[in-house]
Amino acid sequence: MHHLSAREAQHLKPASFIRKHIFSLDHKVIGKQYYVLALVAALIGMVLSWLMRIHLAWTNYPIPSLHLLSANGAPGNVMTPEYYLQLMTMHATIMVFFVLTTAPFAAFGNYFLPIQVGAEDMPFPHFNMMSFWLTFSSLLVLMSSFFVADGPTLGGWTQYAPLSAVGSASGPGQGTGVVLWATAIGLFCIGQLLGSLNFITTTLDMRTKGMSMWRLPITVWAWFITSVMGLTAFAVLMPACILLILDHVAGTSFFVASGLVLNDQLLPHSGGSTLLWQHLFWFFGHPEVYIAIVPGVGIVSHVLIANMRRPMLSHRVLIYSMGALAVLSYMVYGHHMFVSGMNPVSSLAFSFPTLVITIPSTIIVVIWMGSIYGSKLRINTASLFALGFVSMFISGGVSGFFLAQPSIDIMLHATYFVVGHFHLVMGVAAIFGIFAGTYFWFPKMFGRMMSETLGKIHFWLTFVGSYCIFMPFHYLGIAGNVRRYQAFVDDYTQPLIPLHRFITVAAILTGLAQLIFLYNLIHSRFWGKIAPDNPWEATTLEWSTPTTPPPHNNFGDKLPEVFHDPYQYGVESSVGDYVMQASPEKVKSAHDEA
Amino acid sequence: MAKFFAVTIIVIAIVSAIPIVRHTWNPPANISTHGAMIDEQMSETMVEAGISFLVSQILLALFIWKFSSSRPGDKIKTFPGGAKAMVSAAFLLVGTEVLALGVFGVKAWATVYLTPPSANALPVQVQAGQFAFYFRYPGPDRTFGPLHPDLISEANANFFGLDTTHDQDSKDDIVTAEMAIPLNQEIHLLMHAKDVGHSFYVPALRVQQDFVPGLDLSLHFTATQIGKYEIVCTQLCGLGHYNMKAYLEVMSQQDFDSWLKKEAAMQ
Repeated sequence: MHHLSAREAQHLKPASFIRKHIFSLDHKVIGKQYYVLALVAALIGMVLSWLMRIHLAWTNYPIPSLHLLSANGAPGNVMTPEYYLQLMTMHATIMVFFVLTTAPFAAFGNYFLPIQVGAEDMPFPHFNMMSFWLTFSSLLVLMSSFFVADGPTLGGWTQYAPLSAVGSASGPGQGTGVVLWATAIGLFCIGQLLGSLNFITTTLDMRTKGMSMWRLPITVWAWFITSVMGLTAFAVLMPACILLILDHVAGTSFFVASGLVLNDQLLPHSGGSTLLWQHLFWFFGHPEVYIAIVPGVGIVSHVLIANMRRPMLSHRVLIYSMGALAVLSYMVYGHHMFVSGMNPVSSLAFSFPTLVITIPSTIIVVIWMGSIYGSKLRINTASLFALGFVSMFISGGVSGFFLAQPSIDIMLHATYFVVGHFHLVMGVAAIFGIFAGTYFWFPKMFGRMMSETLGKIHFWLTFVGSYCIFMPFHYLGIAGNVRRYQAFVDDYTQPLIPLHRFITVAAILTGLAQLIFLYNLIHSRFWGKIAPDNPWEATTLEWSTPTTPPPHNNFGDKLPEVFHDPYQYGVESSVGDYVMQASPEKVKSAHDEA
Repeated sequence: MAKFFAVTIIVIAIVSAIPIVRHTWNPPANISTHGAMIDEQMSETMVEAGISFLVSQILLALFIWKFSSSRPGDKIKTFPGGAKAMVSAAFLLVGTEVLALGVFGVKAWATVYLTPPSANALPVQVQAGQFAFYFRYPGPDRTFGPLHPDLISEANANFFGLDTTHDQDSKDDIVTAEMAIPLNQEIHLLMHAKDVGHSFYVPALRVQQDFVPGLDLSLHFTATQIGKYEIVCTQLCGLGHYNMKAYLEVMSQQDFDSWLKKEAAMQ
């Protein structure tokens, strides 16, 4: 089961600083690099959201020093309409790609997937290193668009054509800004493809002795399913980005129809299709939502199990449900396009799988809840964030009932209702998954404990704050408040402005609460209490490493052998109410299905 | 801590539901014949989603409350009926719920999008461009003249690219910046975009449809309430997107006829 070249490559511990910490082949270092990248990206994305929120609530209020970011974008420190859209596009792109895709999947997956399957590394360490550095370059290319003449693109993270394809005539940032955006995303796609390839092969090919597929922890299943989605979804987005770049630099017309007029000039394009971009984008875009959330489902389940002291009510049904989400995610993408002008019969065809996808989602929630019932729940920061995730997943999920129906979408499409929906279910929930994973795994990753007191303060402020920000978005949407507006000039939106101000205040306070997390993270990294090998009394292989943090090759001289299903809690063993996967001790299985 | 958490979840769930139950924030009142169906579908979904939301959050809170204070000797209990019962119940309950919503929702959608406009519907053309809507009425000949994109000129106020010198049908076409329609008269709206994607959203009419450059799309609706309503763009179209709007005025047939005459005189 072991890949020879990986063994050879990994046996030698790197000596130089550069090979150890920068161009590292070690999946653990790469995982941490991804984590830091996501953390920096999240901070940038959060600051951008503050700027947007202040502008939305008090449109002409000067934000001190904003002109330093862009003299043209913020003359007199007041954002121009185009600069609002540019910041909005960057906020979304950074958050979706560099935080929600990167942290729960690439960061934690890289660090823990090989350890949890009992491998010394991934089979293609060079690809793994490339994957990170491509993602890093991608972020640099994206950020560089802040510094080009007319700034980043203003077309939104969805980059709908032809606005994105006709060049700077359609607005500031629509020339170089779009080309940089598409280049960044194209690079990101390659990085994700290489990463997914590694995740899939590690899961299938690098499992240690005794680690059958059903003995894999839920996290590994989640990352594996996500990798399969990533492999197919990013493989579609990448060529779409290439075609978009060609429309800019090679005079092609993939996404531009004939007879279009900008600034009284007939455009030289002909024969392209506006809707083609939307189909390609959403064929990636909807699976992307699940790429962001399925790892969270895995992490949260993993954290909950250790803190409930019992396995899930049904390990397999949970995995089947994640698989069903992945398969259905390709059949539902058209719900983003109900009023796009595609055939209205297609809207009905896309509506049914969208409604059906609530079934596996509900089953996942029901299994979580049924497992909490009768458990011996331990409350700590990690489990609080995991339970918070469940609450957010429910809240964000029920609004899906509305958006799945084309007739209701007529009213809610492109309103703040949609913004509230996806922020709760894919933004906040996924970030709660990242936090749960951080508080849970930090002791293993850095050998020190995080402060529980600070962690709990962070949790409370974030949990209540997130609801204060994102619940009102739904009310705005119901009232017909359109998204992607830099100011609300419509008569019927005037009464909504106080609600916008409430959201802005909540967003700033909740954002500030994240500084507590940042402090906790950095302080604990250097001065935290030394962590024991298995602080949560957990069962899976990451807690069986000979040292904490794990040594360079994860398990020392000998790879572990697996004797049990992943979550043997609620049993009687020599160590307590659990038995570790790598322990040969015989106990009565705790699994319902076993 | 766990009990406090449970109470917080319940408080958040109830507080979140209050504005919905009290109808604190509403869309503009419906003024179209088909809108009631959409509103009804919306209310039904609200009831189902609202119940699912409250029940799930409250159960989650109760379970956290009850099972976070176990003592060392306590045994793990399995949910009555185990996974099979729970999963089957969830499958059936949610399956029926979404199927019902899906099937009933088809009717509202089909009325707007799958039924053709009646023969006596009044045709109105709308063109969306950065960052304005323009409307065209066919005039006495009831025929729209052809469009010539190369003739479009904001400077000469030829917004549609009409050739009134050569095209007979264009001569009596009436181009306006505001949209007026007669009360209780079905409108057949013919939509096209001049430059990039836009959208035609009239919350009061319960109508939203994107403009797709390169595609001619159409909509039909009937307004039942005299008044002035906003048409706004919902598809990001550039820096002036937020300000891209026009007014829709619903008037009596008599007022409409004189409005059209006045507009025709100004061409």
